[in-house]
Amino acid sequence: MSTTTLPDGAAPEAPVRRLGAWYVAEYRLRAMKAYGWTIVVGGLGSPLLYLLGLGMGLATFIDTPVASGPHGPVDYVVFVAPALLVTAAISVATEEFTYVIMEGFRWRKLFWGVNATPVEPSQLAGGIVIAVLVRMLFTTVAYAVLALAFGALGHPWTVLVLPFVGILGGLAFGLPLMAYSAGLTEDKGQFAIVQRFIFTPMFLFSGTFYPLSTLPGWLHWIGWVSPLWHATQLGRVISYGESEPGWLIAVHVVVLVGLIVGGWLAVRRRFTRRLRA
Amino acid sequence: MVAARGLTKRFGDFVAVDGIDFEVAPGESFGLLGPNGAGKSTTMRMVGAVSARSGGDLTVLGLDPDDHGPRIRAQLGVVPQEDNLDGELTARGNLVTYGRYFGIPRSVCAQRATELLEFAQLSERADAKVDELSGGMKRRLTIARALVNEPRLLMLDEPTTGLDPQARHILWDRLFRLKEQGTTLVVTTHFMDEAEQLCERLVVVDHGQIMAEGSPAELIRRYSSREVAELRFGTDRNEAAARVLAEVGDRLEILPDRVLVYASDGEAILEQVAARGLRPTTSLVRRSSLEDVFLRLTGRSLIE
Repeated sequence: MSTTTLPDGAAPEAPVRRLGAWYVAEYRLRAMKAYGWTIVVGGLGSPLLYLLGLGMGLATFIDTPVASGPHGPVDYVVFVAPALLVTAAISVATEEFTYVIMEGFRWRKLFWGVNATPVEPSQLAGGIVIAVLVRMLFTTVAYAVLALAFGALGHPWTVLVLPFVGILGGLAFGLPLMAYSAGLTEDKGQFAIVQRFIFTPMFLFSGTFYPLSTLPGWLHWIGWVSPLWHATQLGRVISYGESEPGWLIAVHVVVLVGLIVGGWLAVRRRFTRRLRA
Repeated sequence: MVAARGLTKRFGDFVAVDGIDFEVAPGESFGLLGPNGAGKSTTMRMVGAVSARSGGDLTVLGLDPDDHGPRIRAQLGVVPQEDNLDGELTARGNLVTYGRYFGIPRSVCAQRATELLEFAQLSERADAKVDELSGGMKRRLTIARALVNEPRLLMLDEPTTGLDPQARHILWDRLFRLKEQGTTLVVTTHFMDEAEQLCERLVVVDHGQIMAEGSPAELIRRYSSREVAELRFGTDRNEAAARVLAEVGDRLEILPDRVLVYASDGEAILEQVAARGLRPTTSLVRRSSLEDVFLRLTGRSLIE
């Protein structure tokens, strides 16, 4: 038998060299359809609940303004919206970069099947990330649009930018997590630990609901190591012009990009080592 | 199709494959027979261009896997030891999805899926979720999946381990058809009957080394007698009985549960046993098999 779909002389792996990651992304997006309902309901429902509950409910009890832009204090809902949006992207990351990776390597061994095709381990990892990006984009766009509808954005045009800030935060948390998951050979409840002892404290102590400066100094480090805080602060600067010194904005960007680049390099290395032992 | 010279794989201090030489010719069905842990799967992974060798030379389809992994894998079909089908997808969905990883257009994948489901005798279950299929069906689907890129070489790692006898025979029949169509097969197995069924030529592997090479018939001729008398005297009496039988037959093997007497005529052996006043609790005469070859070469049974 021969490979008959290709013109004579063409390298049989040529299309895969260019598009391997996209084939994987295509597969992952189709697989997500199985839980598409959760994605849509979660993607629309959680912003509705949080924006209504915090913005309309909790905010009515808050007398002191927690934040202000160049034109004076802003509503509480405007303050929390960027944080909630980034949190939503990070939640997607905690779902997609944990169990999906474990399933691929261990539970269903799907990655080993892909490994036998011309698709390289880095393309496999890349395809998974692309598919998660698509899901994150859906989630963050839904968040931004609903935030706009609730009047939770400082400037309406920021609806176009905030989703990408959310994705920065999501990947800055998600890629190192994906590298961690790719190194696990057994599920001993590590993901539940990540959820309870990393995600939840980060969510509570990253200046999400009140400025980081409100916390006692010895808790500030949580914010500084938290991609959620860095992305949220960027989002606040963009949304309503939170006054942040230039050097600190640079730190936010450097930390986020550093985590993304470092995380991706670690992911590639782990995928390759594991699949090509 | 495949040429290995001094092929070696080390994991730290452990030598999994210890300098093996073999060649596979186009259209041939070639087997690696050996117990679990002999280095068969590691060899398959090196040939499959997913594991770099630690030493020696290897060419697959005329290419070095170190330099041309994707090009080699584009032309291989791989049936792994453990099924890694996507249980959430249908049988058809698995074939189409897998074809995409080879860059095959979706419409072509769909058409091939229909043909391959037919070949795997799964047309009626085409739209069933894989999780609902039996072990034998999953195995056939995995083979169908490995054919979706019309490979020049099909590699099967322990294709029937864990299947019931009927499912094994159906599977062998499918593989036999592929052989007839001229597909080159490389099979690993620790079942001698499977090696006899599927392989025209094989190497016997143990501890990462090749112990012998040839067709099943040649190997049996070279390393065993035509027939074997299997005698059971009871666990604690086998050794004593064997001492009395020292002169009988060409060769003796004393196993914990039985004594094997190798000879060209098994029935004659039974008569000699009786003439020496021994009364085995059970006795049986059979043709020599690759199991006997393995026992002779390594002093151990294939399945322990």
